[in-house]
Amino acid sequence: MKLDSALTNSRPPQYRGTKLSTRHLNLFYGPCQALRDITLDIPERAITAIIGPSGCGKSSFLRIFNRMNDLIPGARVEGSVELDGIDIYHRSIDVVELRKRVGMVFQKPNPFPMSVFENVAFGPRRHGRVSRGELQDIVESSLHQAALWEEVKDKLDQSAFDLSGGQQQRLCIARVLAVEPEVILMDEPCSALDPVATLKIEDLMRRLAEKYTIIIVTHNMQQAARASDVSAFLLMEGDICGVLVEHGPTAELFTKPKDRRTEDYITGRFG
Amino acid sequence: MRKRSASIAIARDARTKGLQRRWRVGERVIEGGIFLASLLAIVVLLGIVAVLLRQGLPIFAHTPPWEFLFGTKWYPVSEPPTFGTTTFFVATIWVPVVATVIAVPIGVACAAYLAEVAPSSVRESVKPVIELLAGIPSVVIGFIGLLLLSPLVQSMFNLNTGLSGLAAGIMLSLMSLPIIVSVSEDALRAIPDEFRQAAYALGATRWEVVRHVSIPAALSGISAAIMLGVGRAIGETMTVLMIAGGALAVPVSPTQPMMPMTAAIASGIGNAVRGGPQYQALFAIGLLLFLITLAVNLIADRVLERQKRKFVR
Ligand SMILES: Nc1ncnc2c1ncn2[C@@H]1O[C@H](COP(=O)(O)OP(=O)(O)O)[C@@H](O)[C@H]1O
Ligand SMILES: [Mg+2]
Repeated sequence: MKLDSALTNSRPPQYRGTKLSTRHLNLFYGPCQALRDITLDIPERAITAIIGPSGCGKSSFLRIFNRMNDLIPGARVEGSVELDGIDIYHRSIDVVELRKRVGMVFQKPNPFPMSVFENVAFGPRRHGRVSRGELQDIVESSLHQAALWEEVKDKLDQSAFDLSGGQQQRLCIARVLAVEPEVILMDEPCSALDPVATLKIEDLMRRLAEKYTIIIVTHNMQQAARASDVSAFLLMEGDICGVLVEHGPTAELFTKPKDRRTEDYITGRFG
Repeated sequence: MRKRSASIAIARDARTKGLQRRWRVGERVIEGGIFLASLLAIVVLLGIVAVLLRQGLPIFAHTPPWEFLFGTKWYPVSEPPTFGTTTFFVATIWVPVVATVIAVPIGVACAAYLAEVAPSSVRESVKPVIELLAGIPSVVIGFIGLLLLSPLVQSMFNLNTGLSGLAAGIMLSLMSLPIIVSVSEDALRAIPDEFRQAAYALGATRWEVVRHVSIPAALSGISAAIMLGVGRAIGETMTVLMIAGGALAVPVSPTQPMMPMTAAIASGIGNAVRGGPQYQALFAIGLLLFLITLAVNLIADRVLERQKRKFVR
């Protein structure tokens, strides 16, 4: 299997602490249950891949961690979700502060209809007074971190829409980095990109994982195998309900899956 | 059997002719119809301009253009008559300015509330009511201004009369409000949700999302809404005729009674001798009014175009 060679990149995650954890997590959209009884630890400063077929609840699961599901009328969460041991669904939690610590990159690149500079400056501008000089520094270092600086340093005042799709997605990553989060959630960040742009983003993720905890949703098995340290496999059971079938170090999950359904899915035998 | 062979024949026919250019009659008719309709609109517009020019321009043989534009004395029946229109022009600036200053913040805030905050049940019941406001005849708005607003304005600002540019502007703001709310709300609702999602995910509050994402993204639509509102305020006649006060002195403050260009035309045209100098002067005012609204529209177009070019996907 081609996956094996890709796996040599990934590092053993067992030395790292736990950044995020869910315990007996249930998610409902009105009367429909989207996730059932999910208990999972997300290791710190590593890349965790969430894999599974379309509609099994991967995006819903990802939105649990920055409480984006709060924006959906009728969405309800049961169980506990902890960030550094703190229950993020507790009444005393300020979602604005939470989302500063847990950033998100979306499936389709969604830069604001503003200049490249203003896109990156958006977060810092909202979160307190920063001088023009500080802002400049933040924007530059964020773009550097997102491996985009060289390509856009002369276009900071141009519309973000003038960039290519891959550049736009890295701009969205820079925009998240500018807020200095601890966790970055990525929902199929490469699904709208070509293979070259995809590899650039994966490269970038690898480097970012030295500093940040990353959770990536992907339905590309190669990508999960190449780019992640830990994988979790979700599947729908019954009508719509997403359950966690198996999770563990990516190398093990892909070479020695414990569950028959995982094996079927990663070898592409799944319906 | 016959049917079958016929269909085979058609199939063969289609095989040979499949790539031939077809004369699509329906398309041609529709295209031609649309072309004629737009031609008609242009012809009508040119016709209006021609009438205004033909009836209005002769006044400049009597009163030179600069005197017409910058003169402050409008004495159409004295001997010799003078036709300075500055008074009307300044009033036509004051009234829409007052209306816009009031209607824009309220209208945009209202649109933002409806589009971004209100639950859909509230939006669906409030929006038709606001649009209904646009259907109130301007005479009725004039009555209300005369009856309720002008005494209020008079006592609040301690004036000799409440009939003033201010009173007219306030009533006109009521008339441009529905346009501004309705068009701005549509513009805000057309902004893709992904921008809002991105902002929320960066830790923006709802107010910040509205203020820094939705409104800037919808700015071209909102400016169009404002321009439509301004256009309405410039062109409105009956309300200003009833409550602007109709004074013939150049107004230096909106609290003074004044006579905007529309009111001047409407009140003067009945007494003017057909083809006489006053008649010509009134048509020339109409021409000026036409040029002003044209300029407002052109400027709006330019602004929108620039806005669009900057940030289209
Ligand atoms: N906003 C929503 N409202 C109601 N149901 C939703 C919403 N978003 C997702 N769902 C449902 O939740 C389930 C999981 O969806 P999603 O998390 O998008 O899956 P995935 O990302 O794995 O494709 C699906 O059945 C979907 O219909
Ligand atoms: Mg998804």
